[in-house]
Amino acid sequence: MREIEFDEVVKAVRNMIIHCGTDLPQDTYDALVVAMEEEKSHVSKEVIRQILENANIAKDEKRPLCQDTGLAVFFVKVGDEVKIKGGLLKDAINKGTEQGYTDAYLRASTCEPFSRANLKDTVGYNLPAIIHFDIVAGDKIDIEYAAKGGGSENVSRARVFPPAAGKEGIIEYVKEVISDAGGNPCPPITVGIGIGGTFEKAAISSKHALFRDIGSKNEDPEMDEMEQVILDEINNLGIGAMGMGGTKTALAVHIESNPCHIASLPVSVNVQCHSSRHTHITI
Amino acid sequence: MAKTYYLTTPLSSEDTRALKSGDIVYISGTIFTARDAAHKRLVELIEKGEELPFDIEGSVIYFVGPTPPKPGDPIGSAGPTTSYRMDSYSPIMLEHGSKGMIGKGKRSQEVKDACKMYDGIYFGATGGAGALLGKKIKSAEVIAYPELGPEAVRKLEVENFPVTVINDTYGNDLYQMGREMYEVK
Ligand code: SF4
Repeated sequence: MREIEFDEVVKAVRNMIIHCGTDLPQDTYDALVVAMEEEKSHVSKEVIRQILENANIAKDEKRPLCQDTGLAVFFVKVGDEVKIKGGLLKDAINKGTEQGYTDAYLRASTCEPFSRANLKDTVGYNLPAIIHFDIVAGDKIDIEYAAKGGGSENVSRARVFPPAAGKEGIIEYVKEVISDAGGNPCPPITVGIGIGGTFEKAAISSKHALFRDIGSKNEDPEMDEMEQVILDEINNLGIGAMGMGGTKTALAVHIESNPCHIASLPVSVNVQCHSSRHTHITI
Repeated sequence: MAKTYYLTTPLSSEDTRALKSGDIVYISGTIFTARDAAHKRLVELIEKGEELPFDIEGSVIYFVGPTPPKPGDPIGSAGPTTSYRMDSYSPIMLEHGSKGMIGKGKRSQEVKDACKMYDGIYFGATGGAGALLGKKIKSAEVIAYPELGPEAVRKLEVENFPVTVINDTYGNDLYQMGREMYEVK
């Protein structure tokens, strides 16, 4: 059994959150540079230029990339030979989240669903974090993190199709979701698609698909091809950066597919904005 | 062809009628922030015939809930929030003299009609460019509803704040026009 100090996890999570709040990940930055070069509309080109300038300012001056600093979402793989000394892993992640949001002056965006009351005050306390755990073999903890803004989350949708809908049905559905969303999710976006499993498995897969680096290939050649087809279809919608018209609505489409029930074909579409703040550490 | 303008607030009908959807505008001067909760209160004041916390004539309202400022800064990151949540309030604000709104995302037909009727403009700012836009804000002062936190009404002094005209005073909508131009059927 390997022992990891509670405080070590807190510190690692805190640093991840601070880093992500101000530094746009390289994969997203590089994809935006290419999109700016290829964009045909000059209004959208100018918007992408501002997005890149924003990323440079945020990084140099340690300012939040976006005022919506999101809900903190984690996918955690816990090795079966690891023990946290001094507390629960879940508590350590939440504590690191609170410290990161407070220390980096990130906005606390969590509230009660109906009273809409902020759960503490405007600084810090972006709790509870959304955490998905998995148990794997080994003596390490692997933590993937993303800050998930409201604008892009609000346009996300899930549905269970009959099996006959097939690939075509899924492609049409994704197009419909992105078309209805227009400029609201702050394009150029990344589109995560979860296919198969159950209703909730599809939704979680579509979220996790957003954590994959832009530009990386899907390991499944069939899904890789489908990602390309959907990306082209989305960019043909003409939505453009911030919905102002253009050829670069999406930077990437990522699919995670799972086996499902013989009677159903669940699909979930989760959208991430151009401020795709995600990172990953192994302890 | 889209043009570039440099405007100083308050805006007049002459200013707003010159603008067309797709034009790029750099705004300088005083603007005011308000989101849903603040709009609700402002509109209630108007309906009761009471005085607003700022002069609405020619005003530009920015839909934003900024991050807390770092020590020494006037404001934190301050990009636009999604505007449709203000759709039911904006026509009343325009009717009473406000001339501009800054946000992101589509507006309702009622808002577009009110822009036409009262010479109002809906400007889009780049969502997610909070650090860049925050830098264009030179000072910030809470002038009403401090209890609303990030949603309080703030008076901002801005310099060359970059926006794009989405809805002009002629009923045009850049979101529709831009998309039609680049859609591949
Ligand atoms: S959708 Fe993303 S970029 Fe747009 S305001 Fe929300 S967090 Fe910021």
